[in-house]
Amino acid sequence: MATTRVVTATINGRETSFLCEPRQTLLEVLRDVLDQTGTKEGCSNGNCGACTVILNGRSVVSCLVLAVECQGATIETVEGLATADHLAPIQQAFLENAALQCGICTPGFLVAATALLRENPKPTEADVRWHLAGNLCRCTGYDKIIRAVLDAADRQPAATSKT
Amino acid sequence: MRNFDYAAPATLADTVKLLAGQNGRARPLAGGTDLIDHVRTGRLAPDIVVDIKQVPELNIFEFGPQSLRLGAAVPCWRVYGSDAIKADYAALADACMIIGGIQIQNRASVGGNLCNSGPAADSTPALIALGAVCVIAGAQGSREVPVEQFCTGPGKNILQPGELLVELRIPKPPANSGSHYRRFIPRNEMDIAVVGVGASVVLDAAKQTIVSGRIGLGAVAPTPLFAAAASAALAGKPATEATFRAAGEAARQSISPIDDMRGTREFRLQLTGVLVERVLTAAVERARSR
Repeated sequence: MATTRVVTATINGRETSFLCEPRQTLLEVLRDVLDQTGTKEGCSNGNCGACTVILNGRSVVSCLVLAVECQGATIETVEGLATADHLAPIQQAFLENAALQCGICTPGFLVAATALLRENPKPTEADVRWHLAGNLCRCTGYDKIIRAVLDAADRQPAATSKT
Repeated sequence: MRNFDYAAPATLADTVKLLAGQNGRARPLAGGTDLIDHVRTGRLAPDIVVDIKQVPELNIFEFGPQSLRLGAAVPCWRVYGSDAIKADYAALADACMIIGGIQIQNRASVGGNLCNSGPAADSTPALIALGAVCVIAGAQGSREVPVEQFCTGPGKNILQPGELLVELRIPKPPANSGSHYRRFIPRNEMDIAVVGVGASVVLDAAKQTIVSGRIGLGAVAPTPLFAAAASAALAGKPATEATFRAAGEAARQSISPIDDMRGTREFRLQLTGVLVERVLTAAVERARSR
């Protein structure tokens, strides 16, 4: 039956090898094997977006990815957003716009918003609401989150704007 | 989660051989957005999960002169991100961009949506409207089945143990054609269809008369349905509101909806007519604007 495997992936720019069983999700491995607990477990069935990470350039819910699928993959988590000295602009915008209360959904929103702003650096409010529909927040009522993402977009250089 | 073995074969031949040797205890994995949840909840208990994403045939995404070949593992974001899909297969783009949220669309495949065989699967009525054919591989060879014959009940389909959906082949629509998929949900996104309707139409050169049309219905029966009578009723008729209303009425006659948490039978009967009218209107508008 199933044996433990070694998987090597690039996580937040660093080549990382880990042991996992086929049944372990990427979320479990990030949190329980690699101690990268910034990625949160919410529903564990793909509805809430709290465990969002960027896998090979696309945002995904890590609770619905098997860790064994990630051999050779590039994975970005919330831990990779800030540098040692500075928060990422999206994090700074969340802070300044008070876009969180309890905070459990925040890493997922930050990562999903990062993916959005890469793809669409100047989104409309409707774009942001649509793109973040897969992330649930039970505290804020979303408005401050949407404002924070638009604020972060405004702080970016406009050179690559789509609109 | 229950443990299982994992394999990621590189060729279709190896995949078919692997699936055939498991006596039905293997499950293919594309985006995993249904499979992983079903294993976690115990609804499925495979001994081995076979990741099919390395197999070239399952990633094929080719627009030929006769038809589109859509590999069963191609994720939704690639489908709706394609200008050629938006132009010729718009109903499929409409469906793929509303399946789950972005994170789901970045993983989930159209083939997986079909193989999960949920009655409310968004992409299936669109595939039915577009006349898709399923290409299925097995140890005994391959076979082709019209998409409306694929699902046999909630979560059930015609795949035999060891068989694999390889690709969907969708005929290239003729000139003056258009298609659309729409569903009713109580919110704007991230929900399951109360009713979903896909339709395609081909208009005459003057773009006034419907030459032919196909209507696919979701969440109104144990499987997604091809509304045969409603579709046949479109042929030769003027592309007008009265025709759309008659098709909606015919579609209503062909369904067997249930009461559930998302809506009552009565509501679904009403909705089906309304959505068929609206979806046909939009499909005709698209055909006229091309």
